[in-house]
Amino acid sequence: MSDPMRIRAQAQGDKTTVRVLVSHEMESGQRRDAAGKIVPAWFIQSINATWNGKTVMSAQWGTAVSKNPFIQFAFKGGKAGDKIVVSWIDNRGEKRSDEALIA
Amino acid sequence: MERRDFLVGSSSATALALAAASGLTPAHAQNAAGWNKAAFDSKTLADAAKALGASSAPVESKDLILQAPEIAENGAVVRIGAQSNIANTSQISFVVEKNPSALAASFDIPAGTDANVSTNIKMGQSSNVYALVKAGDKYFYAVKEVKVTLGGCGG
Repeated sequence: MSDPMRIRAQAQGDKTTVRVLVSHEMESGQRRDAAGKIVPAWFIQSINATWNGKTVMSAQWGTAVSKNPFIQFAFKGGKAGDKIVVSWIDNRGEKRSDEALIA
Repeated sequence: MERRDFLVGSSSATALALAAASGLTPAHAQNAAGWNKAAFDSKTLADAAKALGASSAPVESKDLILQAPEIAENGAVVRIGAQSNIANTSQISFVVEKNPSALAASFDIPAGTDANVSTNIKMGQSSNVYALVKAGDKYFYAVKEVKVTLGGCGG
């Protein structure tokens, strides 16, 4: 099981800015191990964020997103105490979902 | 005899590695629902745009601002961002021309979300980086060259 994501959501004016730090290897499939074998690609393919159940960000990723990915985005609305849920699924079918409250 | 054993062993290992590279063997590897494999297999900006649904070639736009460093010291972590001032922007993608698969990430922008996202990507070598934006049914791009002093793909 992977480590939890770190989600920080901050409301300012009429906007909420969300920063997410995901914990994931994001193996590119290009790298070789010590024995010279290619390490198979292992990466998040799909990630989305919801605010009170409404999708505010969704993305598809390839292998070129960095290890322990970072994303930042902002949406209109949101106030302190609202719930942000971020979920991802990787190419092994592993999933993770974490939530945070808007500060 | 030993040498022969070694050759036999290594050639089958090579075959395995090749099969793994082409995505045939790993039984645990599966693609998430809706993941656009064709787009992530593309090698150029034009191909990526087409695989994402563009009917014509993307047009360069001044209303699209790509934030990327001029020099990236570490290709494993390159912070890039894009801000689109084009009305009705519904998707922002990042394309790295010289990466093994050009498309790095594609963000859908629902109504109410700013057309401004940033993330970290890997770059194998110095390359042009594109932000590719969908607005209405048209595609626009902005480009910047990023010089990488240490690659991020492989060892």
